[in-house]
Amino acid sequence: MKQLFSFIKKEFLHVFRDRKTLMLLFGLPVVQLTLFGFALTNEVKNAKIVVADYSKDIATKQITEKIEASKYFDVEKSLKSHDEIEAAFKTGKIKLAILFPENFNENLLHLHKAQIQIIADASDINTATTLTNYISAIVADYQRQLMKDASIPLTITPEIRMLYNPELKGEHTFIPGIMAMIMLLICVMMTSISIVREKELGTMEILLVSPFKPLMVIIAKFIPYLLISFFNITSILLISVYALELPIKGSILLLYSESLLFVVTALAIGLLISIQAQSQQTAMFGSLMATMLPTLLLSGFIFPVENMPLPLRIISNVVPSKWFFIIVKSIMIKGAGISVVWKETLVLTGMMLFFLTVSLRKFKIRLA
Amino acid sequence: MRTLRFLLQKEFRQVFRDKNLLRQILMVPIIQLLIFPWAANYEVKNISLAIVDHDHSSYSEKFISKIFSSGYFIHSDYTSSFKDAYQLIERDKADIAIEIPQGFEKNLVRENQQKIFLAVNAINGVKAIVGTGYLASIITDYNSQIRAEWVQADRFNAAPAIEITSSNWFNPLLNYKMFMVPGILAFLVTLIGGIMCSLNIVREKEIGTIEQINVTPIRKQYFILGKLLPFWIMATFVFTLGLLISRFAYGIIPQGSIVLLYAFLSVYLFAVLGMGLLISTYSDTQQQAMSISFFFIMVFNLLSGLYTPIESMPAWAKVITDFNPLRYFIEVMRMVVLKGSSFHDVSHHFLVIFLMAVVLNTWAILNYRKTT
Repeated sequence: MKQLFSFIKKEFLHVFRDRKTLMLLFGLPVVQLTLFGFALTNEVKNAKIVVADYSKDIATKQITEKIEASKYFDVEKSLKSHDEIEAAFKTGKIKLAILFPENFNENLLHLHKAQIQIIADASDINTATTLTNYISAIVADYQRQLMKDASIPLTITPEIRMLYNPELKGEHTFIPGIMAMIMLLICVMMTSISIVREKELGTMEILLVSPFKPLMVIIAKFIPYLLISFFNITSILLISVYALELPIKGSILLLYSESLLFVVTALAIGLLISIQAQSQQTAMFGSLMATMLPTLLLSGFIFPVENMPLPLRIISNVVPSKWFFIIVKSIMIKGAGISVVWKETLVLTGMMLFFLTVSLRKFKIRLA
Repeated sequence: MRTLRFLLQKEFRQVFRDKNLLRQILMVPIIQLLIFPWAANYEVKNISLAIVDHDHSSYSEKFISKIFSSGYFIHSDYTSSFKDAYQLIERDKADIAIEIPQGFEKNLVRENQQKIFLAVNAINGVKAIVGTGYLASIITDYNSQIRAEWVQADRFNAAPAIEITSSNWFNPLLNYKMFMVPGILAFLVTLIGGIMCSLNIVREKEIGTIEQINVTPIRKQYFILGKLLPFWIMATFVFTLGLLISRFAYGIIPQGSIVLLYAFLSVYLFAVLGMGLLISTYSDTQQQAMSISFFFIMVFNLLSGLYTPIESMPAWAKVITDFNPLRYFIEVMRMVVLKGSSFHDVSHHFLVIFLMAVVLNTWAILNYRKTT
């Protein structure tokens, strides 16, 4: 036991000696969460659009004003011809063009039918579809106003209640996802070099000839990083509550325990990478490659998992941040308890045990 | 010039000696490029509905079947009470709950007015807006059908209808892969070049071999150039592989000139690799270099407009994107590949990246000291 203690002390000295790295390990999550928490949203705001109004009557003016008034659009200027639209798209400044054909209002009043043409720059497909949907909603709203004046029989009115996020803030989907991503990446990165570094510098031999058990080596490597991660969890939660104004509706204790579970899983993944790799370069490159894109794309916080083709939906189940994302979302925003997230917790626990066992198995006490 | 040749020989040997690393550098981007673009679909569909039908009339049934025939919604469950439906939302089993009150059909016909209750999981704001938008238009549609059954033709027709036709230029089939593949490729090339390069000099520092170079008469700029070129060549190679994959696996044929893409890539790589070298000269251990480049790569990646639009970011974040080289590369890729933009359209991007390359490399050379 005393042996273990002195080894843990050694690891602490290793970690705390390198002040630059230490500062980075504490600073990174704080800066990144603040940065991404504010900057990332799947809403499309202030998109530059152009209006080509061939009709210039009261209806087109009202619709244009309505569009201008929403926070989603910045009406750049009015264009005269089709050619100008193409040129505006090519330079990449304009996202969408709205065309009102001639006699818009007249058609609307007399034929009860009028057309609006939308041309979207679909080279940025997310923006294009979102903007088109926004415009449809605005026009539908305008129509409803017209209808109201006409008082039409047999009307069904939908009464809509937006749960959990009534102001429809975009940040709410993203922050839990960003939290999961940052925690995973930093933890994997930290431990991924812990063992391979000793291999590369040659100090591993000294460890191996000692009577110290491999399990103890791994535990000793683990503990300083676990402590750092614990601080990082705290700072991440503080920022998301006080700077990003995300509520914690559920139990803080539960949130903490789940975060710890997740962090240990991530540290174990890094450990496995470290045991397998031959050089620090391979380990770091491997950990970045194995974590960055998969967590970003498959955890479901940017792109919905249910839209993916079946093979990817299956693959997404092995991404730990997917499960943690669901857990954080449920606890923080919905205020759910363990009865709701027990399945996800079980999956994470399974992953953690798996990675730890494999690491221990693979840890060789002989140098190749 | 001869010195440079020998340096290059040395660097290439080192790279090719580590077979594991080489395999990673080549295989991982290919695999990721083959898999991940399939995940990137932003479209709002497959919205799952929980339905609480208290009426069980022919009207409510018609209404429900109309919703599901639209193709945007999938069925979660029928529940007998609104509370159960709410539970489904809480467990993420449903996105929207619809409650059709008792007497739906009767009230609609007798009192000309009837409400339907919708509860929407709004954590994902965009999904909530778009999903309720779809539902609202289905309700309107259904409403006018019923009206047609009850009211004389020309009277109900008084409701004015605005029809929206939308066309999507540059990517008419709304193929998400056309949008994501060029962007992901740009990111992967940056990742390989930037990380490998930033770890390189510091590795020699940590192992101690840098002393051996420092005592030779090799000039700083040759040393830096010798470190830079192998990664430049490797990244260009990976980029070429990526273009082939996007051509043959995704059928993406660049609308614009490929020469223009390569021209931009060559300048861009100097900027990214210069940045890697700069990080390398500032750090003492590979761990430090890694943490710093990890930070920058994350920021570059997420603030590049690859996943979320730059326009929606707050003003200060937009300023950061102005200094983000990856942003320019992704923009150029998308513009040239999808829109066929010419050199004239992207000249601004060229200028910015060229300046970045000059500044970063000069800085790296100045900061690299042969003596301590």
